[in-house]
Amino acid sequence: MTFELGPIGVRVRPRVALIVALLAAVGFAALVISLSIGTFAIPPRDIVGALFGYGSGAADLIVYQLRLPRVLTALLVGAAFGLAGAIFQAVTRNPLASPDLIGISAGAGSGAVGAILIGGVTSAGAGTFAAVPLGGLIGALATATAIYLLAFRDGSITGYRFVLVGIAANGALVALTRWMLTRADIDQASRAMVWLTGSLNGRDYEHVRWAGLALLLLVPLTLALIRAYQLLQFDDDTAHSLGIPLRSARIALLVLATCLTALAAAAAGPIAFVALGAPQLARRLAGTAGIPLVTSGLTGAVLLLLADLAARTVLAPTELPVGILTGAVGAPYLLLLLARANRAGTGG
Amino acid sequence: MTTTETASGVLGEALRLAYGDRVVADGLDLAIPAGKITALVGPNACGKSTVLRALARLLKPAAGAVHLDGADIADMSARDLALRLALLPQAPNAPDGITVRDLVARGRTPHQRWWRQWSREDEAAVDAALRATGSETLADRPIDELSGGQRQRVWIAMALAQDTPVLLLDEPTTYLDLAHQVDVLELVAELNRTDGRTVVMVLHELNMACRYADHLIAMREGAIAAAGPPSDVVTPELVRDVFGLGAAVIACPIAGTPLVVPEGGRRAVS
Repeated sequence: MTFELGPIGVRVRPRVALIVALLAAVGFAALVISLSIGTFAIPPRDIVGALFGYGSGAADLIVYQLRLPRVLTALLVGAAFGLAGAIFQAVTRNPLASPDLIGISAGAGSGAVGAILIGGVTSAGAGTFAAVPLGGLIGALATATAIYLLAFRDGSITGYRFVLVGIAANGALVALTRWMLTRADIDQASRAMVWLTGSLNGRDYEHVRWAGLALLLLVPLTLALIRAYQLLQFDDDTAHSLGIPLRSARIALLVLATCLTALAAAAAGPIAFVALGAPQLARRLAGTAGIPLVTSGLTGAVLLLLADLAARTVLAPTELPVGILTGAVGAPYLLLLLARANRAGTGG
Repeated sequence: MTTTETASGVLGEALRLAYGDRVVADGLDLAIPAGKITALVGPNACGKSTVLRALARLLKPAAGAVHLDGADIADMSARDLALRLALLPQAPNAPDGITVRDLVARGRTPHQRWWRQWSREDEAAVDAALRATGSETLADRPIDELSGGQRQRVWIAMALAQDTPVLLLDEPTTYLDLAHQVDVLELVAELNRTDGRTVVMVLHELNMACRYADHLIAMREGAIAAAGPPSDVVTPELVRDVFGLGAAVIACPIAGTPLVVPEGGRRAVS
């Protein structure tokens, strides 16, 4: 389907539009259920009422003050991981070159833990929204730069090499983080550990505001590069021939994806497998040839919200950190992906 | 096809082409005539593909310049260049499962902006490219399901949809059987006839080059051994000089173009 209005023209694939609508519906349902459960259960009907501005005072208070920040953080973080995963996988043409596998998330983790330990823990604890994101961003960017310099030759890329270098970087950074934790006192270390597992517990509007603002800046920049994003999934010569400045487009996209990863990790910890799984799931759902960018972001948001919902309910009243759940579900998925890539002789 | 302005010629001046320290060609001058089909021929590793890459700015010359309609291509933006010159690489690669129509539509990229990702002209150009290459019936099929010959036509359709005055093809007939080679080259000749597009292609098959090219550039060890219409330049001496092969050159019984018949038996190396 094509829409044209003066100089503006877009093409919408019916199946992609359908999937986007479906994801939005599932996301909304998950959001309502997520808001309704807790120590004080609120019926979904009242949640919808509160969301659309005709709820009762008590429901409003619980929904807006206590539960909504967590849910919004889940959506924002999931979207950021989904977008970052899509960009990394598309630009390197390798589904395994996902930021959670190749050390970008681990770099954010080392940076953030370093920031927690160096800066000392403020009264707000390890989730402080000044040192952690900054440390995470520096750690992620430094890691990405190192991988880029080690894996890229003349601005061109082989996904295989990129993944190998990334896995090595991941190992080194995990070791670095562990080493820092052994140096920290027990209180700092235990807080850092919770953050490292990835959790959405106790998120407030401070998290939402910063994550939201960062996404507001990063998403338009990413969308502005969408054509380069699509063509980088072709071979280099073809992308170049179609007018894509390969080197600069690739670097710009990888920097954006790194910032997205750092932002997501800063808000909720380096949650595993969302960046890996969301783009692949989105591609299968939307039935597109390349990895669909917007659908990946949306899939990531819905996935993380569902994962958080499950983490809160499977062992209720005990709440699991969402990172444990995504890890438990994501690891078998990774095995499946590897097995398949091996059979096809590509991707790994 | 929809547009294609007056045909464009390409000039390479004093080109020094190198991959790192390995110099492939030095002081190379070449002229691609506008509106004609030019074939670059020569033995393996003679630098013909490298020259094509330089013409498309896939390889920046260490010295010298490539001019397109009098303008240095080094000064053009990636998009400007893509509006004037399309290249079909030797082994192009697209994401798995892409359909023919989607692939051809990607050729419109340089004509698009982020706020205008699709327009009526794009639609028309894609339809025309599919028609010109006889691939309309394949439009909705994934390219991985096509035969080698069909796939090559579709990739050419993508380059056509780009609608540039100059079209570069890097060994468009490699991996194709004889019938499909002829098929693809007939297509290229027809495209050149109908809209006067300048075509430069690297070809392995000397006889195919003689048959379909208006202008032949024979290369050896990074230098041009001869350039001109095939009937003027293809002689037994040239074949011996460039390919190190003893051969007779006769007139093709069908087209009248030179036909190279190797002597064989024992190799005659100059």
